[in-house]
Amino acid sequence: MIPMNMVTPPPELAAITALQSTLVSALRPILPEHALLWEPEDTIPYECDGLAAYRRMPLAVALPETEDQVAQILKICFDMQIPIVPRGSGTGLSGGAMPISQGLVLSLAKLKKIISIDPFTRTAVVQPGVRNLAISEAVAHLGLYYAPDPSSQIACSIGGNVNENSGGVHCLKYGLTLHNVLKVRGILMNGEIVEFGSLAPDSPGLDLLAIVMGSEGMLAVVTEVTVKLIAKPKLARVIMASFDDIEKGADAVAAIIAAGIIPAGLEMMDKATTRAVEEFVHAGYDLEAETILLCESDGTPEEVAEEIERMTQVLEEAGASGIQISQNEAERLQFWSGRKNAFPAAGRLAPDYYCMDGTIPRRNIGTLLRRIQGMEKKYGLACLNVFHAGDGNMHPLILFNGADQEEWHRAEEFGTEILEACVELDGTITGEHGVGIEKINSMCVQFGEGERESFWGVKSAFDPEHLLNPDKAIPTLNRCAEYGRMRISGGNLPHPELERF
Amino acid sequence: MSNPKSNTNMHIDLFREQILTAAKTKTPLSIQGGGTKSWYGNANSYATLDTRSYSGILEYQPEELVITACAGTPLKEIEAILAEKNQVLAFEPPHFGDAATFGGAIAAGLAGPGRISVGNLRDFVLGARVLDGKGQDLSFGGKVMKNVAGYDVSRLLPGSMGTLSLLLEASVKVLPRPAATTTLRCHVAQARALQLTNEWAGQPLPLSASCWIGNSKGGDGELTIRLAGAAAAVKAAIPLIGATVNAIELDPKAAEEFWRNLREQQLPAFQNPNSNDTLYRLALPAACGLIAIANMSEDIVLEWHGQQRWLTAPGDDATFASIKALANTNGGHATRFKQGASVDPAKQRFTLLSEQTHSVALETVQARLRASFDPAGVFSTSRLP
Repeated sequence: MIPMNMVTPPPELAAITALQSTLVSALRPILPEHALLWEPEDTIPYECDGLAAYRRMPLAVALPETEDQVAQILKICFDMQIPIVPRGSGTGLSGGAMPISQGLVLSLAKLKKIISIDPFTRTAVVQPGVRNLAISEAVAHLGLYYAPDPSSQIACSIGGNVNENSGGVHCLKYGLTLHNVLKVRGILMNGEIVEFGSLAPDSPGLDLLAIVMGSEGMLAVVTEVTVKLIAKPKLARVIMASFDDIEKGADAVAAIIAAGIIPAGLEMMDKATTRAVEEFVHAGYDLEAETILLCESDGTPEEVAEEIERMTQVLEEAGASGIQISQNEAERLQFWSGRKNAFPAAGRLAPDYYCMDGTIPRRNIGTLLRRIQGMEKKYGLACLNVFHAGDGNMHPLILFNGADQEEWHRAEEFGTEILEACVELDGTITGEHGVGIEKINSMCVQFGEGERESFWGVKSAFDPEHLLNPDKAIPTLNRCAEYGRMRISGGNLPHPELERF
Repeated sequence: MSNPKSNTNMHIDLFREQILTAAKTKTPLSIQGGGTKSWYGNANSYATLDTRSYSGILEYQPEELVITACAGTPLKEIEAILAEKNQVLAFEPPHFGDAATFGGAIAAGLAGPGRISVGNLRDFVLGARVLDGKGQDLSFGGKVMKNVAGYDVSRLLPGSMGTLSLLLEASVKVLPRPAATTTLRCHVAQARALQLTNEWAGQPLPLSASCWIGNSKGGDGELTIRLAGAAAAVKAAIPLIGATVNAIELDPKAAEEFWRNLREQQLPAFQNPNSNDTLYRLALPAACGLIAIANMSEDIVLEWHGQQRWLTAPGDDATFASIKALANTNGGHATRFKQGASVDPAKQRFTLLSEQTHSVALETVQARLRASFDPAGVFSTSRLP
């Protein structure tokens, strides 16, 4: 499958141009001139999100500056039955913000005000375009912060986080976006303003906030988010443990949890990754280790001392071949620097990398890593493994050269096989990056027809006309039927030399 | 997700039969576990679907921090097996009786004293297997902490009170029992209790729960707080709290009993003296100050740093209307939690979506959602409006 070709053949160019001019004239009266783009040179930056392999040009891009403008845009598109693709900072890794050829991209990037901060109730009300890290920066002087920290936190927006239910390095202890957002104000496709959740601990009726979380822009357009702030830990320290065997490292992860410890972060990197990043950041990693675990404790100094001691003991008993404990903040950051720079380091090894995101029960980490080693040989591509071991969220980085279509093809097949292995090992195809357009076929593997039909029921409850990001996350029954026909057992495709549309 | 759907299970087949018959005859089914919370939610007289035949723990691996069990499993059985491995259901579900089931706890969606520090029951739900109103056997979510594949349908079930689907099985996240727990008690006025608990919650202290019980008309009441976490953190926090208030440390046994009695509403403040009265639950934002209505009883109980408040007052509609208005004005909502014996059971127990700002349109969404899972109205008991 070559993504560019997955798009159904475009209708007559003339028809698209006509639709575009109708849409633009309808939106012009309600938006400032600079807030509406339709010339290809202006809209091309919006043709993809963080998953650059999947691209498509929209009819137009709207960049509203107020909630009222968002509501009006939705009403206009609703009346014209034009689909909308909401977009935050465009850092998503699953193509969830890939445009629809006959649709509008609705960027929320200009709604970026922090509306209020209340230290007493430990909450902040922010617009969707506010960057994740900007929230923590704005409340740092109060001794508070916003816990979820996806690795794109410098750039990614809180509206995007809500739509993806983003996690991060610290979600093992502090939870996902779902656990840290109290209320979402949004607009339904028909233009109605609604509020999900509340500042109170619960709300009347069904818990609709729970279903809006991670809904990939398909249920409502987010215009305001109330986040929970928590007290900043006084201290954090990290243990870096080496293992001469990947299995031993994986078992150590389970041993820490079984000992009743929930570390603030518990990350794992394989040998290929440590070698790649060491060259890049010079963090002092043990290059002989088959795997390295980073195990963080945070809290009061007393708490951290106690936890570090307990974790060290567990790691030693689990057979760590080397243990280093950060002695100060600079050293802690140095230990983390490699983990945080794994992606750019992968970028130095190959022209492109393809990041996967499956989650599996911790006990199966070793099994999956071994299987991935086998797949590296099968597909003739290298793979780096760096991941959130504490919650079993794997991020294999498949290295390839995107200029070579055949190699990209192999990378995609490699990725699909990893995802199917995750499902088989009692896990899921996506832990935090979302399904988007990328993993939509794998949804046919993870869920049966009944579940997928129920998802469409949920979609229709919020957006009966299927106009909000309708081609993402939930595959149609036809699509799954086609995908089923295309695949045969063992992951081998008939006539692999043929392109598939 | 590997789900033993192909497994023929006699109990599930019987449930399906009941559902399909109900769909055909258009007579809703009232799902029930141990019946310990049958007084909660709107009353109905529909036939019961008893979940208790489908009981048992399906999977529990302590190092995965997940337990999967059938809906009819006794809650105490789950808590006991977790206790063996020094783990807990951190959301502390109230039992309200010995027969409480796992499914009943999830359907009610209620959480105990630690709710503000650890999260709500729904935060812990990872996956669910259900029979929908068409008798379809469906599985959503899974057994892992991080999972964003498909809409999070399993988290719609907590608090849905059996009005969406029949819960068959659920996987929930469990946590290690805190290494140390200490309970402190002091006497302060209600306003001071609200101030203190919220200030403490904003500091890096292992504050796990709070409860203020006193006279709504004024004066000092009893503020009890629970610290839980690493032994060193709890130890370090005691003098910090002690520097602000004159607190005594409760004997561990007495403390455990206090928190259990609070959760189970067995404290004297919950003992409704008048059969015409109703115990009202108010869910409020942390910013909400003192609240009172003219005809309420003197006893008031504040939990969750003031975000959950319990008051007793007459059960009539005018009183509920004024309590709802009070909660709404403050950004929260009110429930007729438990009614006295002489109060008309047919009364609407909940605040309606249409009574709240920016929720009116959600009534349509909710109705469509229910219709999609349950087109024939098998679960339309109105137990939750």
